[in-house]
Amino acid sequence: MKKDITQNIGFFLLFACIIATLFFLGTIIYFIFTRGMQIISWEFLTQPPRNAMTEGGVAPVIVGTLYLTLGAMIFAVPLGLACAIYLCEYSPKSIVVNIIRISINNLAGVPSVVFGLFGLAVFVNFLNFGVSILSGSLTLGILALPLIISASQEALLAVPHSIREASLSLGASKWETIKRIVLPTALPGILTGVILSIGRAAGETAPILFTAAAFYKRGYPKSIFSEVMALPYHIYALMTEGTHPDKQKAIAYGCSLILLFLVLFISGIAIYLRQRQRSYHG
Amino acid sequence: MDNDIKMKADKINFFYGNTQALKSVDLNIFSNRVTALIGPSGCGKSTFIRLFNRMNELIAGTKLTGKIYIDGEDINSPCIEAVDIRRRVGMVFQKPNPFPKSIFDNIAYGLRVNGIKNKDFIEEKVVQTLKKAALWEEVKCRLKESALGLSGGQQQRLCIARCLAVETEVILFDEPCASLDPISTGKIEELILELKKDYTIVIVTHNMQQAARVSDYTGFFLLGELIEFGRTQDIFTAPKDKRTEAYITGRFG
Repeated sequence: MKKDITQNIGFFLLFACIIATLFFLGTIIYFIFTRGMQIISWEFLTQPPRNAMTEGGVAPVIVGTLYLTLGAMIFAVPLGLACAIYLCEYSPKSIVVNIIRISINNLAGVPSVVFGLFGLAVFVNFLNFGVSILSGSLTLGILALPLIISASQEALLAVPHSIREASLSLGASKWETIKRIVLPTALPGILTGVILSIGRAAGETAPILFTAAAFYKRGYPKSIFSEVMALPYHIYALMTEGTHPDKQKAIAYGCSLILLFLVLFISGIAIYLRQRQRSYHG
Repeated sequence: MDNDIKMKADKINFFYGNTQALKSVDLNIFSNRVTALIGPSGCGKSTFIRLFNRMNELIAGTKLTGKIYIDGEDINSPCIEAVDIRRRVGMVFQKPNPFPKSIFDNIAYGLRVNGIKNKDFIEEKVVQTLKKAALWEEVKCRLKESALGLSGGQQQRLCIARCLAVETEVILFDEPCASLDPISTGKIEELILELKKDYTIVIVTHNMQQAARVSDYTGFFLLGELIEFGRTQDIFTAPKDKRTEAYITGRFG
């Protein structure tokens, strides 16, 4: 009898924790949704800002975020994948390689503002790219690199040894085996990692703070050396600067909602791909 | 008959790190014959056949002394590439290991990595090998489907077909029926007897009846040594060594 009571109390506490978590999640979504929806319209999505950012839309801001994320991926995906292939398939088992592996994992835990400062020092000043899409993309790319590398490594390691042996036993070279068997088999896992890192890169503020973002810029960016407006920084700027806090606040909520949807959409693709991979192997 | 030596192992010693897995093994494999290698688990028979297609060199920290010859040619000589040997000596593994690709692509893979691009030729070859591996009737309507959807026995025959497509001369079977039911096992054995006409076959097996059914020659391994080698009939009816007799009558192993 006493056992039953302890057990029930335990279950209840666990259940209460779930409810609390869901409550916070629900509240966040509710607030952003109700406040953001008021301002979202076709005009908001397709027009540039007007009247010192108190009216009009946020189209260039959305475009800016897309540019930055795309740039980051163009830089980080090939590099990260190449690193993962080397570490998994070619590197000898040594202490040095292990240290490299651990360092890469630790890199994922570095605060994003530190990446921002690094980007400022190296890309903006040292390489003289200035505050630009290029600098911001590279900084975001470096932030995404460890995520892409570790996801790709996991996916590569999950490819069974037996099918590699099968390929080699048919007279394929190691490189052919990697290219034709290992990579295609690992692809869904790699894509999942890439997509999740896109979500992460799209939402980061700190790395682009000093390297790419502008508070206000007329029109759309013209080249990779232009400054650019981006959703996360735009939200920050609307809430902390300017002269019409009330009007700006509404726009900030609208931007939050767009960003939320963007990231949800991207994660949705990742979940779909992972699901497909499971059903394929199951 | 039986004088054509296809492959020859000469004083083979093999080490995994400091552990010696094979001790001074000499063995001849005859052309167009089935040679079975039997022995308890861990006696080195799988290690031994993997020497013939140089698969062991993929494992770090191994060492080989002695020579392996195919058609009189030292396969470990520096001027011979492992990929060339593996094209000539195919292997079927313990667990069926089809690629996560379509049935068609599984067979075409070996042709493609060997530089064949002609689509008509590949198609013709796929059909031909599937027929040869007695799998055609079962899969002819689903060539584009994933090979992972086949049963274990069908997958194993697909793996055999995959070897046949690259026109190997020798096929090494490493316990090919270990994970299969008796009916699938029967089909594989039939196939082995059929393939013997065109190929030299080496099969590692734990199943003594299987060795007796399919092989012309049998070698008995124990703790890394080749204890006895001879015609299967002789090994099973009149073994010369007491340990061989003890093993095939089931007193240990």
